[in-house]
Amino acid sequence: MDLNKKFTPETWPEHPERATLEAKNKFVGFWLFLGGETILFATLFATYMALKNKGPSGFEFSTQELYELPLVFVMTLLLLTSSLTSVYAMYHMKNFNFKKMQLWLGITALLGLGFLSLELYEFSHYVKEGFTFSNSAFSSSFFTLVGTHGFHVAIGLVWVTLLLFRNAKRGLNLYNATKYYTFSLYWHFIDVVWVFIFTVVYLMGVIG
Amino acid sequence: MSSVAQKRSFGAAFWDWMTTVDHKKIGILYLIGGGFFFVLGGIEAMIIRLQLLKPNNDLVSAGLFNDLITMHGTTMIFLAAMPILFGFMNYIMPLQIGARDVAFPFINSLGFWMFFFGGLFLNISWLVGQVPDAGWTSYASLSLASTGHGIDFYAIGLQIAGGGTLMAGINFLVTIINMRAPGMTYMRMPLFTWTTFVASAMILFAFPPLTVGLFFLTFDRMFNGNFFDHTMGGNTIIWEHIFWIFGHPEVYILILPAFGIFSEIFTIFSRKRLFGYPAMVFATVLIGFLGFMVWAHHMFTVGLGPTANAIFAVATMAIAVPTGVKIFNWLLTIWGGSITVTTPMLYALGFIPSFVMGGVTGVMQGAAPLDYQLHDSYFIVAHFHYVIVGGVVLAILGGLHLYWPKMFGTMLNETLGKITFIFFFVGFHCTFLIQHWLGFWGMPRRVWTYMDGQGWNTANMISSIGALLMAIGVIVLVINIIMTVAKNQRVGNDPWHDGRTLEWAIPSPPPFYNFTTTPLVRGLDSVWIEKSEGNMTGLTPAEPVSDIHMPNGSIIPFLMTFGMFVAGFGAMYHQETSWGLPVLIFGLAWTFVAMSARSLQDDLGFHVTKEEIQRDIDNARKGGQF
Repeated sequence: MDLNKKFTPETWPEHPERATLEAKNKFVGFWLFLGGETILFATLFATYMALKNKGPSGFEFSTQELYELPLVFVMTLLLLTSSLTSVYAMYHMKNFNFKKMQLWLGITALLGLGFLSLELYEFSHYVKEGFTFSNSAFSSSFFTLVGTHGFHVAIGLVWVTLLLFRNAKRGLNLYNATKYYTFSLYWHFIDVVWVFIFTVVYLMGVIG
Repeated sequence: MSSVAQKRSFGAAFWDWMTTVDHKKIGILYLIGGGFFFVLGGIEAMIIRLQLLKPNNDLVSAGLFNDLITMHGTTMIFLAAMPILFGFMNYIMPLQIGARDVAFPFINSLGFWMFFFGGLFLNISWLVGQVPDAGWTSYASLSLASTGHGIDFYAIGLQIAGGGTLMAGINFLVTIINMRAPGMTYMRMPLFTWTTFVASAMILFAFPPLTVGLFFLTFDRMFNGNFFDHTMGGNTIIWEHIFWIFGHPEVYILILPAFGIFSEIFTIFSRKRLFGYPAMVFATVLIGFLGFMVWAHHMFTVGLGPTANAIFAVATMAIAVPTGVKIFNWLLTIWGGSITVTTPMLYALGFIPSFVMGGVTGVMQGAAPLDYQLHDSYFIVAHFHYVIVGGVVLAILGGLHLYWPKMFGTMLNETLGKITFIFFFVGFHCTFLIQHWLGFWGMPRRVWTYMDGQGWNTANMISSIGALLMAIGVIVLVINIIMTVAKNQRVGNDPWHDGRTLEWAIPSPPPFYNFTTTPLVRGLDSVWIEKSEGNMTGLTPAEPVSDIHMPNGSIIPFLMTFGMFVAGFGAMYHQETSWGLPVLIFGLAWTFVAMSARSLQDDLGFHVTKEEIQRDIDNARKGGQF
């Protein structure tokens, strides 16, 4: 593959993310990887549901008292919006508009950072209240499920930052188009997992 | 192989193997690594059988016996059977679909090094003297109570190795989906490729639960988690479910590629098209699906209730149907064929009755009420050795003889091969057939020793003698390999003369780019079709000779994995030492930096020019290879 091949919006292929064999491999491989990730989170969800509210005798924490929906609602808004902005970024990527793609990916990263900060605040708040990782089976499963998701967000942020800086001056080509695209796939996946966390952990925890 | 390559120094050759991303070399690395652990697991098995040779034996202590059975099972499943099968998949599958490499050569190398370092990590426990001792299933109620770092070695070692397996699975899937040669439709793929495909899909969905389960175990033991500790609200049954949601598909991940190898052997040495090919494919896929729906049959006695037990019992018995389809198709492939009984064919012929016996005892255990009687007895030991040894190991040995000439360009001695088979096959039945009765007579599995006068003495003696015969068989195989390498008599493209699939139409061993021109596939058993129509090269090119794009080698997979290996020790010792936490962080940072280095540098590979390929073709013509 030639990195120096210059494209114009007219010559830019319709599906730049899978225009070469290498790109197609990454595209399919990443979808499969997300399939495996789905099973990983499914296992974490199942464990969380089995251990919800379970602790040693005299355990005082329950989902009803612990969770605060307003904070989680703001986090949800941030992450869902960041998924939307990554769609805009991919729209511009497909139209060969590099500057706008950078802009929207930057906004995506900022929104993700906002989400992660609030999650860290939420976790530290729980720890201050005495709901630590080793406090009970409930706390272990909660922090592992939500923390694994948060870890994925953090990985995504590092990923997109490295990607943007590495390719800041290179414009779009068929080599990095796939990289941007798989990042956006990953970001949507994180978003979908959060929708389930919001529902199963928080909504069903407080209301259900 | 050019003359330049033959003259290079040992250092250069070593570096070449460390950095290789060639699927064929990685396949050989998998075979060597897996072979090493196979011998290790075999020695553990021999000590187990020596200990059980006579009643009240005290060759090993009870604690050491637990170490041995745990490491024997874990090593054989994760570090021997899977990697050796991965070796065949890596080497053969891309050749069978007419590809030049796998989809992700870099990740392929990473997967190998993760397996290797994971296995190394697990076995360092022997040197430290704190060995996993809760059985290969490592049930949480036992493993949480185990003192020392034994179980930590298990949890972290398998975590690293398991990650490598998952990567290999995705890699094989993408390779088969995207990189088939023109005309190689799904329903023209050789059965070994099909079984690789289905086994890889199973890996994709079975290994994430293992990852999660091992993390839970790591958290519980090393980071004060409470997943399995009932005094903190945890639940020990969660581990059993997660382990078997992984563990049952795992046995099909092992047996499906074995079925694939046998399908190749039967067709080649019966000189017939595989009988009922579409049914074979369908049965493979069906086994893949059903394999995920039967895990609780390992837990009938846990007390899940009659409804759950009934559902899982029925699902378990249902798997016998597609497996039976396969058995009959193999029999009908042989029927009326022009059979040559070579060493691989001997293994294949021996496999059918052996595996059927393992399958039938499997259905017996699928009947939940009967399982209450059989559970935790030697009957179970007999059953799973009948399917794993009678299925997977026979396939590995048969496949080794079948593909050895393709991989190394020399032929294993047939007489010694047959001697190996006789010792191994007789030894195998001698060891495990009697264990069914030991189970009926009440001998529980995993016991260190037994009292005199329970009627178990003779049976155990017979069983141990059988193990010795198997060991002799393996030693003959090693002698055979050494003699073959020393003699170094080169063979042509198709040493078995009746190769049917693409790998038999290219030189042995193939050039690093595999195919000088991508082949055009016109049907199932492509090479057979070409040859029967008079095209003795066995290949029809799909394109003119042109430049070939190949990936560059890289040391980064090795470095990345080394970081994980270091981090593992940090995690294990961080509670009692001050250096643990820094080492953990250092190891993970090392891995991350290595990974970023890979990501930030543009490694676009290189091109083999048209002229070089044409030269190789001309040289091969002169040597009579084409």
